[in-house]
Amino acid sequence: MVSSMKNLIFIALVSWFIAGCASNNTSVYSQLGGQPKVEQIVDNFITEIEFDPIMFEYFKDSDIGRFREKMIEHLCFLTGGPCEYTGDTMVQVHTGMNVTESDFNHGVDLFIAAMNKADVPHPLQNKVLAVMAPTRKEIIYL
Amino acid sequence: MIGTAGLTQVEGSGGGGIVPWATLSGYDSREQVSVSATATQVDVDNYRLNMLGASASFYDRLEVSVAHQRFDLKSLGGDIRQNIVGVKYRVYGDVVYSDWPQISVGLQHKRLEDNAIANLVGAQDDSGTDFYVAATKVHLGAVGGYNLVWNVAARATKANQMGLLGFGGSQNDSYELMAEASIGVLFSRHFALGMEYRQKPDNLGLGEEDWTDFFVTYIPSKDFSLTLAWADLGSIAGASDQKGLYLSFNGQLW
Repeated sequence: MVSSMKNLIFIALVSWFIAGCASNNTSVYSQLGGQPKVEQIVDNFITEIEFDPIMFEYFKDSDIGRFREKMIEHLCFLTGGPCEYTGDTMVQVHTGMNVTESDFNHGVDLFIAAMNKADVPHPLQNKVLAVMAPTRKEIIYL
Repeated sequence: MIGTAGLTQVEGSGGGGIVPWATLSGYDSREQVSVSATATQVDVDNYRLNMLGASASFYDRLEVSVAHQRFDLKSLGGDIRQNIVGVKYRVYGDVVYSDWPQISVGLQHKRLEDNAIANLVGAQDDSGTDFYVAATKVHLGAVGGYNLVWNVAARATKANQMGLLGFGGSQNDSYELMAEASIGVLFSRHFALGMEYRQKPDNLGLGEEDWTDFFVTYIPSKDFSLTLAWADLGSIAGASDQKGLYLSFNGQLW
């Protein structure tokens, strides 16, 4: 039925329209609640890593204090907060680690768990993931 | 990420409910193999489709699927049985992370167990192969913060009612290109709502119509999902306005 195809196209267009309206000028950083929430997410993420054998392997020789500081900066910067990222590039950090796709996906799951434990609502979690997603190609298989 | 494995469509390929997607049926990455199984029933006014399927997905690159369909003729009695072998190859991209949509190409080879009804309605063959290309993309947080997924597919086919009424017919015996599409929104990590559309040829001159469905999927874990849909299958073999419930269970075995 042609009308069904029209319905589908209509729904697609409405979705795009809603998507456009929803992307207002308030930064994801502000929607999160600023620096305290960013720090809470990163602290939770570090706890997730500490209790996870797969992820801990990548971090066993890391300076966790420095990782915490730089990841807070990076997350603040990526979500549109008033921060400058002063750490190494994602490519520099991950080169030689040979992070596999499955371990990356596992890391994303831990990061989602960290956001859950920081009471970040699901739609806002997706917006955080959307700004972080482009860094994947600077992380895996290096 | 939970939910990104998608479902298994009625012909056994990874997809939505009635449309194949570019995604492969599993959560496997480039290092992994996954195996899943599906049971689906579509119960409309005069017919009932029962489908059992299994598929294996290799290294996020290749999917191989098998499906058995039993199509009960509720008003006439009896049934039609068909077996389908499917192969899908991911050509490009990642449904979540790449800039452009994930693209896959695939085929579904279908063979009826008994050609009696296909012959009766004037089909030319009791077996046939569909070829398709599909593009699928997830947009993170795109609809008010909720993840949007869309899929479009083009299918070259001679199948009548998916092959259940054979392949080719008196009106047309050539491959025709059909458009298929799906759109859905994930309202949490565990619930998705959406709609699908599948264009169909009318080779037999029996007024075969396009299919649509509206679905809700519940994904309690990466191991299991349950989909309920309202399907409108239009006219089938002269019985018009075939509508009813679509119910599908999908389990990740490995």
